[in-house]
This record gives sequence, C-alpha cells and structure tokens, in this order.
Amino acid sequence: MKQKIFVISAIAALVTLVVRCSNSTTQVFDQRELLPGGALNTVTDKSVNAFGLASPALEGEQELKFFVGNSFFNQNWVSAPASTTARDGLGPTFNAHSCSGCHFKDGRGRPPAFEGEKGTGLLLRFSKGANGDEALAHYGMQLQDQAIQGVEVEAEFVIDHKRYKDRYEDGSTFELEVPTYRLQNGAFGDFPADLAISPRVAQQMIGLGLLETIPESRLDELSDPDDANGDGISGRKNMVWNALEEQYTVGRFGWKANQPTVAQQVAGAFGGDMGITTPIFPDEHCPGDQLDCANAETGGEPEISQDDFDKVVLYSSNLAVPAPRNAQDPVVMEGKAIFNEIGCAGCHVPSHTTGENAEFSHLSNQTIWPYTDLLLHDMGPELADNRPDFEANGQEWRTQPLWGLGLIETVNGHTRLLHDGRARSIEEAILWHGGEAEGSAQAFKRLGAEDREKILAFLRSL
Amino acid sequence: MNVFRLTGFLGLALVVGCGDGDQGGGCTDQFAVNYNAEATVDDGSCKYDADGPFSVDKQAIRDTYAEIVFASYQDAQEAAKALQASINDFVAAPDEDKFEACKQAWLAAREPYGQTEAYRFSNGPIDNEEGPEGYLNAWPLDEGYIDYVEGAPNSGIIHDLEIYPSLEKSLLQQLNEQGGEENVAIGYHAIEFLLWGQDDPETSTLKAGDRPHTDYVSAPNAERRAEYLVLCADLLVEHLGDMVDTWNPEGGEYYQEFMAMDVNLALQQIITGIATLSKSELAGERIFVALDNQNQEDEHSCFSDNTHRDIYLNAQGIANVFQGSYTRPNGDRIEGVGFIDLLAKVDSSLTVEAHEITAAALQNSQQIPVPFDHSLTLETTGGDGPIMKAILSLQKQGDLFIEVRNALRLEQLLGTS
Repeated sequence: MKQKIFVISAIAALVTLVVRCSNSTTQVFDQRELLPGGALNTVTDKSVNAFGLASPALEGEQELKFFVGNSFFNQNWVSAPASTTARDGLGPTFNAHSCSGCHFKDGRGRPPAFEGEKGTGLLLRFSKGANGDEALAHYGMQLQDQAIQGVEVEAEFVIDHKRYKDRYEDGSTFELEVPTYRLQNGAFGDFPADLAISPRVAQQMIGLGLLETIPESRLDELSDPDDANGDGISGRKNMVWNALEEQYTVGRFGWKANQPTVAQQVAGAFGGDMGITTPIFPDEHCPGDQLDCANAETGGEPEISQDDFDKVVLYSSNLAVPAPRNAQDPVVMEGKAIFNEIGCAGCHVPSHTTGENAEFSHLSNQTIWPYTDLLLHDMGPELADNRPDFEANGQEWRTQPLWGLGLIETVNGHTRLLHDGRARSIEEAILWHGGEAEGSAQAFKRLGAEDREKILAFLRSL
Repeated sequence: MNVFRLTGFLGLALVVGCGDGDQGGGCTDQFAVNYNAEATVDDGSCKYDADGPFSVDKQAIRDTYAEIVFASYQDAQEAAKALQASINDFVAAPDEDKFEACKQAWLAAREPYGQTEAYRFSNGPIDNEEGPEGYLNAWPLDEGYIDYVEGAPNSGIIHDLEIYPSLEKSLLQQLNEQGGEENVAIGYHAIEFLLWGQDDPETSTLKAGDRPHTDYVSAPNAERRAEYLVLCADLLVEHLGDMVDTWNPEGGEYYQEFMAMDVNLALQQIITGIATLSKSELAGERIFVALDNQNQEDEHSCFSDNTHRDIYLNAQGIANVFQGSYTRPNGDRIEGVGFIDLLAKVDSSLTVEAHEITAAALQNSQQIPVPFDHSLTLETTGGDGPIMKAILSLQKQGDLFIEVRNALRLEQLLGTS
C-alpha cells in the first residue's frame, strides 16, 4: 500500500478557509466544521447506520477489535448457566438484555410509548439523602424493571403526563408535556416519600473517545463557577469517583457528567442496566432483601472477561461522528448565526481541540465540533430531577453535545430529547431550557417563526 | 467512512488560485479540461467541467452499476418467490421431502441476494432511512425471540398467544429488532431458523441445524409456526420488490435520483459502499468477530451452516461492482464498464496492484473450509489460517478501494459535473 491517506487529509484539513477572489460578502464558513469528529474521525453517512460506523482512521487490529466490541454491544445476554459461556450472566435484575436494547443502532433511547413497554432506553436512578449517594434500602440506586426467571422484578414505573400551554411573542402557541413518575408493585416494600428519582434515557454513542480526550485544562478554561464574567452562565466541572484511579476525577459522561471515563461508563451500564459484572464493577446488584437475586447463578467472575470488556470500551470510544448535512445552506448558516447571537453557544461551545490520546492516536489533536462544554449548569426548577449526583445538584445538568442531533430521527425513528425524553422535538427541547439558559430560551421565544425555523434548520443539520 | 471526500475538497481549496499561474507551469491534473502533459509544476490553473476528461467513462461505470443492481434485485426477488412457493407447498401438507425442498430453495435464494449486499453502505435505498435491509437480512438472531430453544420450550413470539393472539405481517415487521438488535423477527435468517432450527453447539459433528418437519405437524403451536413461516416468506418477497421497484429504469424512484446525481458523487458512494462491505462488514463483523469469539453464534448463517457462501457471495458482489459485470443465475452475463477499466486509463501501477488484491480477496474468500463454524475452532486470530487470510485480504481490498477513490479524484471533482 502507498502512503497513508490520513496524513494527507489531516494536512488538508488545516486549511481553514476557502479563499475567494471575488468581493462576495457571504458569511465566512469554517470548512473544518464539515469534519465535526476532526479529519480522522468523521463519516458522511446519513443513513440509519450513521451512529454505528468506526472512525475511518481505525486500522488493522484495532479496527477488527472494534467489530468484536460491536458484537458484544449488540448481543442479547442470557441468564446463567447457558451453553454459550461468553454471553451468559444476565441480571438477575436488569433493564435491558443488550447495550443495543437502549442504544439501538448506537443511538438515542426514548420513554416507553405505552404502559409496560420495556427496554426502550429509559431508566430510573434513585437515592435518598441530600447528597444523592444514599442507596435506597432493598432497591439500591437504580430501578431494574426486569428480572430473570425465578427472581422477582423490583418494581415498575408509570409515567403520568400533564400538559401546559404557552405562547411565543408572535402569538403562536406551543404545548409542553410534563412527565411525573410513579413507582408501583414494589416487591421489597414501599418507596419512601423523600425518594429522589432521576429518569435518564440512553444517549447516542458517537465521538465519546474524542470527548474523553479534550484536555481538562480546556474545561477549566471554560468553567466559571461564580460567574465572574457576569454573563449569567456559571458552568462548573463535576468531580466524580473514579473507581480505577480510586480518587475523584473530572466527570464527562452521562446526563450529569457523573462518569469520568468511557470505560467506567461502559462498566456502569453493564452492571446497573444489564446485571453483567465487569472487571471494574465485579459485584452483582442485589440490595437488601433481594435473596433470590443474591442466590442466582452467576455467569462467571466477572461475567464479561477483561478482554471482551476492553473491546466494548474500544468500540464505544471509536464510533465516528457523522458530518453535518446542508451545513452551507444559507438558511442553516443564518440559523447558526442566530444560535450564537442569542447565547446558545455560551454552553453549547462549538469547538475544541483534543489533547493526546496514548491508546488511540487518531483521537489526538483533533479539532472537533461537539457543541458542548461538558460542564454542569443550573437549568432551572422545571427541568430539574432534584436528585444530586456527586457535585451536581438537583437542578444541574451537563451540557448535552449537539453533534448527531439531526440524525436521531433517522437512526431511532423518534425525536424525543432531554434527559428523560420529555421533549417531543428539538423545538420543545429549547423551550424547556431554564435557569442559566433562561435568557436564551426567552430570546428564542421572542424570535419570529421564520428565525425560529432557521435555528431549528441549523440544529437539524448537525 | 469517507472522511476523504471532505478533506479532498479542502485540498482543492489549496489549489484555487487567483492569478494566471506561474510562467512555465501549467495544469498537471489529467482530469482537468486544460491538462497540460508538458507541465511539470502545477500552477493552479486547472479548470474542470462536466464534460471534462473521463466523464464518459464515469457515466458508463454509473450506467453499468444501475443495470447490475436492477438485474440482481430482480434475481433475488425471483429466487425469494421460488422459496415462497415451496414454503406454501410445504405448509399445505407438510412432509420430509417438501421440507427439504424449502431448505434447498432458501439456499438458492441466498445466491443472488448475497451479491446485492455490495450496494449497501452507499447512501442507497437498501439501508437508508426507510430501507428494508433490517427486514431482510438482520443477524445475529436470538432464536428464543421467535420460537422454542433448548431448555425453553415455550419461548418466543410463536408460543406467546397471550400477547400476540393473532399473527400478521405488520405485527412481525413491527417486532423486528424491537428492544435490541438481536431481536430479529423476520427476514432470511428468521426463515432459516424456522427451517433448520438451532445449530448443534458441538461443531465437530459438521452438521447443520436439524429441526424435524413434525414441528409443522404435531409439535405445540405447529400451525402457528407454519403461519409465521408463510408471513416471513411473504414479507421477504415484498421487501425485495421494493428494491426492484425503486431501481427500475422505467421510472423507479431511486433510479431517477441516482441518474440525476453528480456522477462523481454517485461513483464515490458506490466505491465507498464496497470498501465498507469489504473491510468493515465482511472482514470485521462477519468473519473476524466469529473467529475472535470462537463462537458459531456469531456466524452469519449459523442454522444452515451456509456462512461460507455468504462470505463468498459478498466478495463476488464486490467484484461485480468493481469490474462492472454480473452473471445471472441463468448464466446470462451483464458486461459493462467498471472502476478497474477507468483506473487502467489513469494509474497503471495501481491497476496492477488492484488486480492482485481483488483476485486474492475473492480467492481467499472462497478457500475457507466448510463448515465455517468448525473451521473457526481450528485457527486463532493471530495465526495464518485460511479464515485469517481471508480477513486480511478483504481488509486490504477495502483500503485499496479508498485509494482508487482518490486516484479517480471522485471527491475533488464533486460539483464539476
């Protein structure tokens, strides 16, 4: 084979602007934005596979391991013992049989469409106490609403909806749906009144290794916990327990940035959501009186071997970022300008440059466009789950990356957004913004229909 | 997959100059209308347009591709109709011979279909937003989602009369991949499981699955199983029909879109598709995973032990596209213009390499010992066994296609035609 094509493309990507000879006054478009995962980790697929492709720079053995990781991501785990020892150990209690049960096609989960619909990618965390770290007797920190044969299901949840109407400045109305969560059929006693519940949907898996490679110094540079600059935005890092390092390190993943690394996020999901023990979290979740659960057969210790686990982590770290569609369409460009004007980019920071990644060199020194600062922001009481998570209080959420936003509908067939999928569209998700984002949300409401549509066109292009 | 299209375009930004070029220089790009064979230094004066050099070749590659795609989907649908007929025949009065005939028809139906997978990953209709790929060929399949398995006699949709009192096409389609990618309810592999049953985990017996035909006569829910099988066959024919319709040169929806597209974009998507199939889907997902996991559950057609054909047919489909030719099940041949023909005009040394690499990929894909599930227990991922050889040469072929894509300047020339 001849020289590495990647080198060429990386150099080409350094060219920022197309120099025009005419005196055209069109808005300058940064060509690098066509490569949101950087030159080495972007794909132009816009099909149902858009979230599921390997970084194009992944090669040789790493590329092959990616596919093995994918197989473990997709496979349905079964209860132990089973003839296939590599895939047994489900539960005893669980939310889904496989990673892809919630992250279908590596994409976004949604709330159940009807009462009793299981495995759509929404789960409930819960805790007691002011710090959110006190487990609930007999139930633990998360509701598992499914169980293997012979083991009791912990409980079920029901979602009730209220609706409320409001209007834009121009008089047109909108309606938001407010979900509340009810637990029922608790197998191990009633739920206390002071229980804090946090519903959370599965997020798309793209670009996670890149987010992990953003230098912490960049997050420090962006954080402004006391709003020293007076812009009303006070992003701060969440410092969370890192099980491998055995110390608190910066959180980057999850709705409240409560996981420090891709590896720990993956291990947390294996354990909490599927009941699969991992090298990082070797214990089954069978709190208190859950004796059938505690006595159930295991699928090995740990149930997924270090080698297979590492491949799932490799897979999860190397899913490419899909390129924007119609990025240079005039309407999209205007939408982006308004997005910046009304302050959205204050938290949804468009671009960063990654640092060094020792394991995956193609993730190093990439200029990426995730539209997030990975920091916690108070989003107001309406959106709050009121459940603390490490340093995040009950009203704080991590800024959600916006890359891939416009492809969720293609990949997952729905447009549910926010931590619990309450927003039924991108527009509703914006309207839910409160707290530090209140100013931007109000500014959005003051826009005319045409300008609102421009912002939405921009967001759908990502 | 193709970051290069974008960066290639950026690279072009480098050579868009504003002056009249340096004296003594010229345009050194053979794809430009003002290509100057004498020039040694490119002065940025290259001009491109739709009727520039090689545009006729590119259109011919595109036209050949469209012809092959339509013909091969027709063949796939015809073979699926034959399968449907033998299934209907069998369920009307099940016996051993008719059951065997169904299996033979299934194997025959895989032959044209396997080659059509070369059209995947190319932003085409097969796996686009509404594309039927997941309804046709989803795998691996969690058997217990459909029917009884070893140790779980009441497992699956077939035995769940409470939740699914009546079976309908729309229901089965809706249940496909619901709640996880292995919850496959319909398609070739669902039919395969309903004909063969689970494969023996002891691969050294060299036997495929051995479902008794009495599953459709006297076993619990026998009639419902038959109904399920018939619905799957009907859906298969319908979904393939969607592909035949949309690629029909007489007014097919995608055919029209495809022919109206910038020819460079069309070719770029086609070759990216076969690169992805070769390197990622086939070398990675379909072969390496099974070898690395040492697990027959990860082989493509595990119930029928037909995986060796799946692998070869994918490789043949890739060769069809690259060479611009296709042999139909009845022996008729479509011979047109392929990428290799244009490459030969543009880059002779890469052409030599391409011949070698593509021949090796096809050959190594064919030399995996049968059955695949047993062969994978005889070698390791680090070794030089026949499976690993096939993997490496398919990976190499995928990389080659990306090089060809660059050599034919498909990214840089976007928007010039």
